[in-house]
Amino acid sequence: MGGEMQKSKGRVQRSEARGQRADIGDGADTIGQRAEAEQRRIVINQGVLSKNDQLAQGNRALFRSKHLLTLNIVSSPGSGKTAFIERTLTDVKGRLRGGVVVGDLATDNDAQRIARSGAPAIQITTGDTCHLDAEMVAEATAKLDLDALDVLIIENVGNLVCPSSYDLGEDLRIVLLSVTEGEDKPLKYPTMFKTADVVIVNKMDIAGAAGFDRETALSNIHRMVPRAAVFEVSARTGQGMAAWYSFLEQRAAGRM
Amino acid sequence: MHEISVIQSAMEIAVESAKAQGAQQIHRVNMRVGALAGVVPDSLQFAFPIVAKGTIAEGATLEIEFVPAQCHCASCNSDFEPKDFFYACPNCGALTVDLLHGKELELAYLEVS
Ligand SMILES: Nc1nc2c(ncn2[C@@H]2O[C@H](COP(=O)(O)OP(=O)(O)OP(=O)(O)O)[C@@H](O)[C@H]2O)c(=O)[nH]1
Ligand SMILES: [Mg+2]
Ligand SMILES: [Zn+2]
Repeated sequence: MGGEMQKSKGRVQRSEARGQRADIGDGADTIGQRAEAEQRRIVINQGVLSKNDQLAQGNRALFRSKHLLTLNIVSSPGSGKTAFIERTLTDVKGRLRGGVVVGDLATDNDAQRIARSGAPAIQITTGDTCHLDAEMVAEATAKLDLDALDVLIIENVGNLVCPSSYDLGEDLRIVLLSVTEGEDKPLKYPTMFKTADVVIVNKMDIAGAAGFDRETALSNIHRMVPRAAVFEVSARTGQGMAAWYSFLEQRAAGRM
Repeated sequence: MHEISVIQSAMEIAVESAKAQGAQQIHRVNMRVGALAGVVPDSLQFAFPIVAKGTIAEGATLEIEFVPAQCHCASCNSDFEPKDFFYACPNCGALTVDLLHGKELELAYLEVS
């Protein structure tokens, strides 16, 4: 609406700027008007994050050439991303070789925890950036021996807003939520949930204590992102993890 | 904050393009932002002068064209503007994730001198 008007006005302005003074309709006064009269338009029409998208495509091509299955794991802070990764890598050891890139605002605690499972883990300290981007992932993965891996797991910064806009070159985007976060979580973060290939409902071991309304939560997830595979698990007890492992192994086999 | 990095990326493209075309000053930056781009237009407006400071875009106006979401229903082959984030088709009720518009996060044009 308003945008359309601005657009056509701008078009007029540009053509006039070539020859005579443009008629600026925004009520700019004489001095401003004179300066604006010499203005011209540069049409760009480019995605603001196109540089990231290109780098992500580069990552994707590299990871595929190495026959890697790449996962981008996102959630709110504390939903259990690190615990989920630790458990997964420990349990699939011997069947899948995993490597991890972990984004954290300040510490390298998560990388240390994951390293204890025996998998190589590279920490990206993001400082005040609230998401990982494709360039950070490219730099971090350069430190891993990708030829020695089947699965590359990227633990994003705990945040359900910002990471949604940044493609990292992953095959699967995995959105985790825990039973303590409320059944309406998917409704509060639609942009992120809409992009999920897999949704993990974690901390099922405390679902009862948390008063988790499972039916409502699953229905919200399904209505928000009908195509996603959903797994209800506990990274602590291992409950429900077997189904996730068969899914993971099947997808990884598709890459080999 | 996310919007700061988005504006930084936009400004990189803007300043590079403006300089490449011999411009001295950017007066206006026009962006298209979809309903599902994951950024808040007000926060972009807030971030803009902070990032523009000290560049050839200092003092410029940021203009945001909001792009509403538009879906395509594959079941009944119709397009619609979703009423909520479930994207249920008002015609046949099918759930869809086929988004035609709404993800835009684009730098459309600059006004320079
Ligand atoms: N009861 C229970 N606790 C869990 C489970 N998974 C993780 N936790 C606990 O939840 C807390 C956060 O787990 P993390 O794995 O650090 O979560 P995270 O998502 O990596 O957190 P950030 O990286 O800080 O965003 C820890 O105290 C975990 O022990 C689970 O399945 N059940
Ligand atoms: Mg963690
Ligand atoms: Zn329909």
